[in-house]
Order: sequence, then structure tokens, then C-alpha cells
Amino acid sequence: MTRRAPGEHPAPFRIVGRPLPRFDVADKVQGTTLYAADWRLPGMLAGRILRAVYPSARIRRISVEKARALPGVAAVLTADDVPQNALHEDPTGLGLSSFATPVLAADRVRYQGEPLALVAAESEVLAQAALEAIEVEYEPLPGVFDAGAALAPDGPRVHPDRENLLIHWKLRQGDVEGAFRRAAAIVERTYRTQRVDHAALEPEAAVAWVDGDGVVTIRAATQVIEHFREIAEILRLPHNKVRVQAPFLGGGFGGKEDMTVEPYAALLAWKTRRPVRMVWTRQESLLARPKRHPFTMSYKTGATEDGRLVAQEISLLADAGPYPLLSPRVVFAALVVGCGPYRVPNVKIDARAVFTNNVPTSAMRGFGAMQVTFAYESQMDLLADQLGISALEIRSRNFLRKGDRLPTGEALETQAALPHITARAVEALGERSRPSAPSGRVGRGIACNMQPYGRTVWFRDRAQAWIGFEADGALVIRAGVTDLGGGQAASLAQLAAEVLGVSPDRIAVHIGDSALTPLAGGTFATRQLYMSGNAVVKAAGELRAMMIPVAASLLEAAEPDVQFADNHAGVIGAPKRTIALARVVKECGRRGIPTALLSGFQGEHAAPIDLETGQGRTFPDYTFGCHAVEVEVDAETGAVRVLKLAACHDVGRAINPQSVEGQIQGGAVMGAGQALMEEVALEAGINLTTLFAGYLIPTAMDVPDVRPLVVESGEGKGPFSARGIGEPPTGPPPAAVAAAIQDAVGVRLTDLPMTPERVFDAVRARPARPEHEARGKV
Amino acid sequence: MAGAAPLRVRFVLNGSSVDVWAAPHETLLAVLRDTLGATEVKYGCGEGVCGTCTVLLDGAPINACLLLAVQAAGRAVTTVKGLGAEGHLHPLQRAFVAHEAAQCGFCTPGMLLVAHAFLADHPGPTRDEIRSAIAGNLCRCTGYTRIVDAIEACAGTGKGARGEPASR
Repeated sequence: MTRRAPGEHPAPFRIVGRPLPRFDVADKVQGTTLYAADWRLPGMLAGRILRAVYPSARIRRISVEKARALPGVAAVLTADDVPQNALHEDPTGLGLSSFATPVLAADRVRYQGEPLALVAAESEVLAQAALEAIEVEYEPLPGVFDAGAALAPDGPRVHPDRENLLIHWKLRQGDVEGAFRRAAAIVERTYRTQRVDHAALEPEAAVAWVDGDGVVTIRAATQVIEHFREIAEILRLPHNKVRVQAPFLGGGFGGKEDMTVEPYAALLAWKTRRPVRMVWTRQESLLARPKRHPFTMSYKTGATEDGRLVAQEISLLADAGPYPLLSPRVVFAALVVGCGPYRVPNVKIDARAVFTNNVPTSAMRGFGAMQVTFAYESQMDLLADQLGISALEIRSRNFLRKGDRLPTGEALETQAALPHITARAVEALGERSRPSAPSGRVGRGIACNMQPYGRTVWFRDRAQAWIGFEADGALVIRAGVTDLGGGQAASLAQLAAEVLGVSPDRIAVHIGDSALTPLAGGTFATRQLYMSGNAVVKAAGELRAMMIPVAASLLEAAEPDVQFADNHAGVIGAPKRTIALARVVKECGRRGIPTALLSGFQGEHAAPIDLETGQGRTFPDYTFGCHAVEVEVDAETGAVRVLKLAACHDVGRAINPQSVEGQIQGGAVMGAGQALMEEVALEAGINLTTLFAGYLIPTAMDVPDVRPLVVESGEGKGPFSARGIGEPPTGPPPAAVAAAIQDAVGVRLTDLPMTPERVFDAVRARPARPEHEARGKV
Repeated sequence: MAGAAPLRVRFVLNGSSVDVWAAPHETLLAVLRDTLGATEVKYGCGEGVCGTCTVLLDGAPINACLLLAVQAAGRAVTTVKGLGAEGHLHPLQRAFVAHEAAQCGFCTPGMLLVAHAFLADHPGPTRDEIRSAIAGNLCRCTGYTRIVDAIEACAGTGKGARGEPASR
């Protein structure tokens, strides 16, 4: 069957669906890509930040005179020097409240590592010397270091003028109490996930300067060039006097979604009128940049005797750190998908985020949907155990189907190919492995998930793209997307190549410049293929529609018979009747028909949900997946080794299958890291993992080959029916590994990460029973 | 520290002699990036943990963040630009493109150099041996499978001659 894209694209595909090599990778293997920290300008200063030593303290005095007097020091700035020392945030996007987050702490610090002062000097060494010359007198204050304790009525407050509860989202559907009374099986359990660092290999970096036209320009490793607006507010400049450029990023994963270095580098450049480079050390990145939220998740799940879910009662509590950042939106996503890809008629969810004096938390790949996957999938397994059915059976009896009502009351509008996805993942595990040692126990587990792609509908998301031919028939795309490494730019070229018949090597993609590329909204929320992909396809389709009549007249053919392919316009069915696209472009010029245009794609939008019930429209669509894992647990040490990992997702349509597989493989390993080893450890707000030697991410020795399985259901809301795939693969591994550990040694872990110590303790605490038998659930 | 007298350091970078002044405390990484503009060598952690700053020193992979620049005196330093460039890419570079073994590309220069040195000594490695060889180089994007694929595809090609920059 052939499929036509919206518009007038002829099938079958020529370019879409092919594993084309990415142009940016060709540069990257040669070391020629200039990342943010690689930029150099004449007279460039080194910028550094003085960070708070205490997580909760009053600042009695901050003295910068000695630092300012040092030779080679161009500027030392404190809160008093910031024109508008506040980032105004609307945490919910609903105008319910506003919050002012300080750019530099003025009279109080609220987390260890909070920026206090800025320095610009002739060299990194001199900047460091200046930092050391700044004197700060602190008065340590009691702090809030536990999300549960933050809710205590008499405890300390992070902000004296407001309670510690930052947000409380509610979802109410059906009659939960009544359903539990009638349930044949009920499982109640509390799960805890940990703080995780994004650990992009590229630390946060920017070079900022005041350009010849007076525009403050920041070339930064950022996912969101639209932050130019906030920077302008901080500097009290008109928005059009600040420009953000984003070169190719060395990874983002949500860690460069909030601003990092940008306002600080901008302030120093604006004050000194000289270029300033600021590169955070790995250690300050680990210390103070926002992390993934730790969640405490209490789940009560009820089912009928034959394993049909009847009710879920869920309480989610996230530690937001001292400032809102994106916490309200993260817990909102968790609320919406808190029940996972299952039909549940009666649902009650309370999702809260609270202020603490711990390191801030915000966006990270998976964005709330990741944490709840660990909980809802563990619940499914425990219910299956209680009912004496398999992990597959309980899932297949409850999988969401197209048209089903979600707990928010909205209908699922696209296919959820979960039975097929799950079968593929399980099948890919193949023969069960034998233990490698006498103490080894092999086990298997699965986990399914659903992850939104696209922004919440009330943000009324929009992306623009400019597309145009050069006189020689080469094509140019201008789009304000940022490329984190996922092939965001290359995929736009592949889409345009499909529609306009230009070979990908004849397409230049200009991205990431708030002054020169049409704004596309940042690269986050798995939105860029959905939004900018649709925008580029729409722009290319409009351009094609303008040029086809010209080509038809040159070819002396009817318009419906004209196709654009291989850099030529031609007549379908007559291979010799072709003319170069450059010739069509020239003829368009002669006739005064434009060969370039700006277009835009408006994402789905709707009114906000009902705040008391959580009922309404939320996200445009979801991506579904299932991971199957096999582990070997050393029953004597508790060490867990992942032997096999098969990860299957329905991507609607794979624009570039190789890039899709790369997202799946990388996301699955990131999830495996969270499952087994990663943890930002805090003790009373003090970060104990500020060395990369202490914050462990998976090495090549810690993970197996990931088997990526791509399902193309042909249903999705992106270009050519694609779904987003950036975030979804991160979700399933923790629950799948927990299930596999249970299969191997008979204990169910509920806290992440599942370190050897935790597994060992759980095995030792297990009630004695005869030789454990692998149940072969999968 | 700021006042320590700089020292003259001469070494060979990608086949060409270089002659620079470096402060005694300066790392090879800092001199490569900031003095010589060799920005293909990346800073990732400064602790010798992540491997993004990997260069070859007389053919052996080292973390440039852990070596003082003065220790490179008289030796040959190879960065990814010494491995190959447009028009004459090293087989490993071509394989990394074909297998999409790079996503963000930040770990890629170091990864390529480690793979190059490893294959020179291990013409027919197993996948596990490849994994062991690159375990000191972190990648957060790919999950490693495609990196192993790309290196495996180059095994036995005899193009891993240790420490020799590609002919220009």
C-alpha cells in the first residue's frame, strides 16, 4: 500500500525510510565540528562563577573589592550589578502564579552551588584567582532536605513568603473506592527513583559578545535559542537586541533545556564589552546543574480475577529543589501517563512537587513519564504474580487501543500496537542464557511504556521553517531548531529531499540562530520531528505546488504527471523527459514566481484541563514501546549484569531507520544506567558525587548490545505519520530489569538504582524457601 | 601559579613540528586547545575518567587532561585530525559514518583514536575485546552498540598502523 503525506506527495518514498549517512556525522568524525567551547574571538575573556558553599544560608556580606583589584580582572559582578535580577516564571503555563528566580543569589542561598558572583578575567587562571579573592560571610540556616519533610506544617520553609508545596496536580476519574471494594486482587507498593545527572559529554559552554550592531550575542550549548527573551529581560534590553546561536551540541538530554551558562556569559560580555567564554567544569556541572527528579510513588492497583485493571490510586511526590524550573510540567507529564499504556476505568492521582534545599531538578529525557514507568510496570508484575498469570497475559488484557479513553478522559487517537510490540521484544531475546558461574542466576523481564511527544496542548506550540532554492538548484533550509546529536538537522534535509526531489547532498540546513533562522521552539519534549518536521514538509509542499505549473509548462506535460526527483523535474512514466530543477528555478525567476518561502506548523492546541479533575486534552500523541531484558544476578554478591536487551518501539514511520535505531539503543542504555548504577548522592543538601569518578554512567563494559526493533504502524502525528522517538526508549529498562532480577532471585526491588548492595540485602532478607526456580515468565 | 615562568615545549603534532610556550602547570589538553587551536581534542571532565580528551602519545592513547604539556616534549602527539580528513578518511572514520556510530560526536575523536591504537595490536578482536578497549571512553548517546559495530567492521583491514598519521 502506498501512503500519501498531507499535501500532494507522490508515493512511494524515495528518500524517507532510507538509512542515509548524516552530514553532521561526516564532520564529527573529522573533528571539524565547532562546539560552543571551541569558539574563539579576539580579546576573549574567561568567565567563571562563584558558587554557594552551603545549601541554606543567609549571606551576611559579600566583598569583591580585592578580586576587582587583581591584575587581569575585567569584571566582578554580584546581584547588585544585574539589571533585573530575576527570571520570571509561570510554572504551570496557566497563569496561576508567577515566580521570580534570582539570577545571582542576593541575600540568601538555597542550594549548594547556587551562583553568587561572576568574574571575567584575561585567563582561566586569573579568573580562578579572582574567585578565590571574593569574601563571602554566610550564616547557615536550617534547610529542607527531604521531599516528605517539606510538607510538614511546622518545618523550615525554602522561601519564607510561600509554602513548600510548589504544585499539586489532581486527576479524578470514576469511583476508585468502589472499584477497590470489588477488586479480586489489590497490590500496594511504594517506589523510589533517584536523582540522575544528564552527563552529556559536552559540559555547559558559551561565548558571548556584543556584536558590531550592538546586539548581545551568545553562542551557547543550548537546546532552546528562544531563551534570548529571558536574557533580554535580565539585561533590560529590547528582545531584538539579544541573539542566541546554538552550534551542534555535545548532547543535551534535557540538561540544556533550561538556561545554563547563557545569562552569566551575557552579563559579563555586556558589562565588559568584550567577548567572554564560559565553560563549566564537569565538577560544577555535577554539583549544581539541574538533575532528573527523584520521585516517591505510592501505587495502589486493583484488578479483577481475570486480570483486568479496575482502579489505580497513585500519589507522586517529586523533589523540585528550591526553584520551579520545569518541575510543574514534569510532574504533570507523570500524572497524565501515571497508569501507563493500560485501560483503567477508575483513577485517582495526586502529583506534587515540593521545594527543598537540594540541587534543583528539571527536564531530563523521559520527563516524569520515565519515573512512573518503573512504578506502573512493577505493579503489573506484582498483580500478575498475585493472580497467577504471566507478565504477558496481564498486560495483553489491559493494553490501550486506539479510541480508548485515557485517564484524562481524552481519546487515544492513534494506533497503540502494543501486542505486536511486546511480542517482538520478547521474541528477540531468543534462547535463555546459561549462568556463567555457579552463583549466577539468569532471569528475564519486560516493561512497556507510553511517552508523550509534543508539548502540552495549551502551550499552543508552533514551529516555522524557511525553504528556498538557489539559482543552481541547490536547496537551503533555515529553521531555528537545535541539534543535540540526534540528527535533528539531517532529518529535516531528508524530509525536504523527499518532497522536492533534491538529493540530500545538495541541501544546506542552517539551524539554531534566533536572529537569522525562523523560530522553531526548542529541541525538547520529543517535539522537533513532530513540529519542525511537519513545518519543513509543509513548506516544501507549498514550494513544490508553486513550481510544478512552471515545470509542467517547460515539460509540456499535465501538472499531475510532473514529478521532482534526482534534482530534476520529469514526467511520470517518461524517463527521458526531464529538465534540471535549476532550469525550473530559472524559469520561475523569469516569470516572477518565488522559489523560497516561510511556512509554519501549528501543533495541536486546546483549552487547559480541569484543575480539580485533570480531565481534558493534554498531549498531542504518544509513542509506545516494550523492552525485554535478560540479566544474570550473582546470588552471592548481588551484582546484576544485563545480558540481553531488546527494545521495540512503534515510531509510526522511520524517517531515517538508522537514526531511529540509534535513539532506541542510546535511550535504552541511559535507562539501564538509571536502573543499575547512577545516582546523584546528597547528604543534607551537600552533593557527594561531584567527580565524574564518583558519578557512574554505563561504560561499554556495563551494557550489552542493544537490539533495536522498529515498528512502523503508519500512524503518528509527525511528518509522513512519524512519531517522536527521542525520549521514549529511556523509560522501560528499570522496570524490566527489576522484573528480571525477581525472575532470577525471587526478590522485587522498589528503589533505584538496583545496586549490588540493594540486591544482596534483598536476597538475604528473602524468606527462606527451597531452591529458587526460574518461573520463565517471559 | 599565575606567575610561574613559561617553558618552551617542542613536540610533533599530527606530523608537524610545533614549538610553544607553556606554563609548568598547563596540561597538554589546555595547550592543544587554547594555544594551538586543536579544538578537535575535547574537554569532558579533567579527571581522566571520560576519555573525550584522548590523544595518541607516540601511538599510545592517553588522556590529555592528565598529562602536563611539558611531558610531551620531544614526542609525537596525534589527534583525530592526524587520523584522516576529507578526501582521505581513515577506514574507522568512514565506518563511524556508515554505522552512525556518532550522534553528538563529542566522544568521537577520542573514541576513534582509542579504536585505532587498539586495532593496530588486535587485528581480529571479539566484540567483548572491543568493548574492553573502549571502556575508558564514555559515550552518553549511542549506547555503544554501533561504535562496536563500526570498530568490528574495520578489524583485520590492516589500516591500524600505530601512531602513524594518515598520509597527506
